[in-house]
Amino acid sequence: MTAVLDASGLGKRYRRRWALSDCTLSIPPGRVAGLVGPNGAGKTTLLHLAVGLLTPTAGTITVLGGRPAASPQQLARVGFVAQETPTYAALSVADHLQLGARLNPGWDSKLADSRIEQLGLDPGQRAGKLSGGQRAQLALTLAVAKRPELLILDEPVASLDPLARREFLQSLMEFVAGHEASVVLSSHLVADLERVCDYLIVLAAARVQLAGEVDDLLATHHRLTGPRRDPATLPAGQQVIEASHTDRQSTMIVRTSEPIHDPAWTVEQLSMEDLVLAYMAAGATVGRRPALEVQR
Amino acid sequence: MIEFHLDARSGVAPYLQLIHQVRQALRLGLLRVDDQLPTVKDVAAGLAINPNTVLKAYRELEYEGLVAARPGVGTFVTGTLSDASLAAHGPLRQDLQRWLAKARRAGLDDESIEALFLNTFRAGTAQDVA
Repeated sequence: MTAVLDASGLGKRYRRRWALSDCTLSIPPGRVAGLVGPNGAGKTTLLHLAVGLLTPTAGTITVLGGRPAASPQQLARVGFVAQETPTYAALSVADHLQLGARLNPGWDSKLADSRIEQLGLDPGQRAGKLSGGQRAQLALTLAVAKRPELLILDEPVASLDPLARREFLQSLMEFVAGHEASVVLSSHLVADLERVCDYLIVLAAARVQLAGEVDDLLATHHRLTGPRRDPATLPAGQQVIEASHTDRQSTMIVRTSEPIHDPAWTVEQLSMEDLVLAYMAAGATVGRRPALEVQR
Repeated sequence: MIEFHLDARSGVAPYLQLIHQVRQALRLGLLRVDDQLPTVKDVAAGLAINPNTVLKAYRELEYEGLVAARPGVGTFVTGTLSDASLAAHGPLRQDLQRWLAKARRAGLDDESIEALFLNTFRAGTAQDVA
């Protein structure tokens, strides 16, 4: 099956700064992929490359097997909700739906109308008068009613209150379950990603630090606590992601597909948040190197 | 029909929480044979969770012989959780009460007792796995 997003050596440079570099990824279809990373890590750049709002400086990217925004057909297959879920403030809810119907050949007006009704939005209301949650739901409605195979969302819930956030994610999951669409969404809110994502990508310092099926990632990462020990003495199959030591104790996060037999370790499972933080921290350390090269 | 909930802070994987809730409902008689489980779409939309998580839980329950999917209709309860072990609960509870009394006499507080139990329980499970 064709990957929904396939990137190879992908990079984007703004003047002298690489916003994204050497990004190699392959997101399988049917997933809800969560893209997480600190501010300025390159998340929005990657998503804009995927929808064709940006063109790569290096490498290649294909989305659903095609070049982003290369044709009207390609555009119709991908739905995009940009950061801050923008709508036209002066246009009414009904105007937005009409615009959607005119601009999208595959527009599902039944789906759009039923969603607006379900949400209790007044079709005559101007978008500028809607609450943040309602505006986000309107933007989502426009994106799903074009019946995309892939839905890309950039920080869709970042500015919403907890209730609006939950309602937005409920709508999103309902769409995914009903239409078997794939999703790529970026977010800071790991607790939300934990519920909705089954594929995870950690981006830090313009690079992909980690990517894979959530279940696999959680099964292969462990926190080891035990008597102080040099990470270099661990078995070959155990890759150390993070290590900290006191005078007597060592705590390490390791990645390994083998079971850990050493009785000296207390082995704990990681939560998705632990995993994300470990790789973000690892990325922050590695990320300092290119900066040094520039200074030389 | 039962309604699922999720405890985000429990550290237990969401699909396991769903499985646990179905098993619990079967044990308590809240779910009986031929009862329908909520559809994948309803659970995903209700809890704002990935539909694949729900599918995974239902597949696992199917594998255990507790439910069966009827294509195009939904997922239905087909099995019960044996009551055979219920009879053993009484004597086991007595043993446990005796053990708890012994632990308290030895000076363990509630927290120590819980830690000792969980530790022993996990070590036992780990040995079973190995």
